[in-house]
Amino acid sequence: MKKEVNDKVVIDIKDLRKSFGDQKVLDGITLQLHKEENLVVLGKSGSGKSVLIKCIVNLLKHDAGSIKVGKHELTDIKEDDLIEVRKKIGFLFQSAALYDSMTVRENLAFALSRLSKEFSKEETDQKIMEALENVGLPDSIDKMPSELSGGMKKRIGLARTLVVNPKIILFDEPTTGLDPVTSREISDLINETKAKFRNSSIIITHDIDCVKTVADRIAMIKEGKIYKQGSLEEFLNDEDPYIKSFFK
Amino acid sequence: MSKTTYPSENALAKQSSFFTFIKEKSVAFFIDVANVVDYLKRIVRNLFTNSFEFQEFLKQSYQCGNKSVGLISITGIIVGLVLTIQSRPPLVEFGAVGMLPGMVAISIIREMGPVITALICAGKIGSSMGAELGSMRVTEQIDAMEVSNTNPINFLIIPRLLAVTFMIPLLTLYADAIGIFGSWLGVNIKDDVSLKLFMTQAFDNVEFIDIIPAVIKSFFFGAVIGLVGCYKGFNAGRGTESVGIAANSAVVTSSLLLIIVDLIAVQITDLL
Ligand SMILES: Nc1ncnc2c1ncn2[C@@H]1O[C@H](COP(=O)(O)OP(=O)(O)O)[C@@H](O)[C@H]1O
Ligand SMILES: [Mg+2]
Repeated sequence: MKKEVNDKVVIDIKDLRKSFGDQKVLDGITLQLHKEENLVVLGKSGSGKSVLIKCIVNLLKHDAGSIKVGKHELTDIKEDDLIEVRKKIGFLFQSAALYDSMTVRENLAFALSRLSKEFSKEETDQKIMEALENVGLPDSIDKMPSELSGGMKKRIGLARTLVVNPKIILFDEPTTGLDPVTSREISDLINETKAKFRNSSIIITHDIDCVKTVADRIAMIKEGKIYKQGSLEEFLNDEDPYIKSFFK
Repeated sequence: MSKTTYPSENALAKQSSFFTFIKEKSVAFFIDVANVVDYLKRIVRNLFTNSFEFQEFLKQSYQCGNKSVGLISITGIIVGLVLTIQSRPPLVEFGAVGMLPGMVAISIIREMGPVITALICAGKIGSSMGAELGSMRVTEQIDAMEVSNTNPINFLIIPRLLAVTFMIPLLTLYADAIGIFGSWLGVNIKDDVSLKLFMTQAFDNVEFIDIIPAVIKSFFFGAVIGLVGCYKGFNAGRGTESVGIAANSAVVTSSLLLIIVDLIAVQITDLL
């Protein structure tokens, strides 16, 4: 299966550096996300994968280097431009991060009302329903997050990310902590989303089944740098023991 | 070098580790101070530049009252009762039992009402702010809000802060009323006084000047609870244990600050 890579770059990261105190987490990352591509980022836990994507939405401020999202440079970005960038990017958090004082409906409505233009009550309801149907959970609409299982939370998190129709999606370990069947469903959902909305995604994971399902291209982080990037085949055929240890 | 370490060397090592300890502690302290100042600056800036989340304010005010009103009622009655029972014998000795209602009313309005309400709310509301915001921090809900273009200071902190600042004075007045009612019950253990007569006696001595400083003081109490609870929760660390730490230190820090604010308030009212 040969996967085409579009040349148009939607996120351009150059020599990105980020430390916490004396701990250098990212030490010169250079990476690009192309249009309509699923880029998988691999790396041991604690290698700075979450830090990397949090820098992309400016939740963490990088120390040095540059991040360009579309035409916006994130270093010293102005408030108004940052709002534009965040409207373009959807973020699925590792813990799903559903607001636990709100119902599922309110969770989605919150994202919708704060990231899009004003919608009428009917339009909002319709968009919410559509998003929940996309993730196969229309019945959960009036549940509280505490009533949902881990897998359902991840899916509602995905629905909340998708309801605003972002051009770029960042997935932080979408399948970690889920059973194999649910993991498989989430991976398929990532592919379906891409087929339907033609968005570009960065997917952080160490679930190799998920990698095999979704990856158009893979980048591996080690010691704060990109250790290798390439196609799934290149990774599978690599003889390097460090890389092999991920794919065993 | 021989294996024995000379005492002076030893002492030197001890001394230098003592100085590094002091240095690290004071650096940490100044970082804390800088963080608090930054936090206050952000609150003030958001208070005046961003649109106010009125819905959240109402919701938080409701929860604030709802959570603490039961506890305040019980404590208020008991404090009024106990104060009355304990103050009675000495007054009987001086033949001044008639002063009992007024005396109890003044001490409730001036001190017991505001302080007890504030301490109860520090325990009840401060800790829940610490825990709630702390768990929102740990489970990335605050981050999720931020990427949804919602300023968490504006959406989470300011409504909570204002809610508790306005609710504590109201709850204090309620606690005063309940406490004075408790005192009437206390009087009726030994004597038989109608509520009407009791109230006339109680409020005979109470003047406006007793109530106003107490109400102003309780605004400050509310602000202390809100600022500390939100700060601890919002700046919780990164692991589940941080939620407990945030809740706990919200109560400890705000209770301590409340007592200090009370001390300052007493000094100021005394000057008036
Ligand atoms: N906000 C933060 N403050 C301090 N250290 C952090 C913070 N976020 C992440 N780190 C540290 O950065 C390193 C990388 O974390 P992370 O990106 O979460 O790893 P992962 O690759 O598993 O997602 C870890 O050692 C973590 O402790
Ligand atoms: Mg992570």
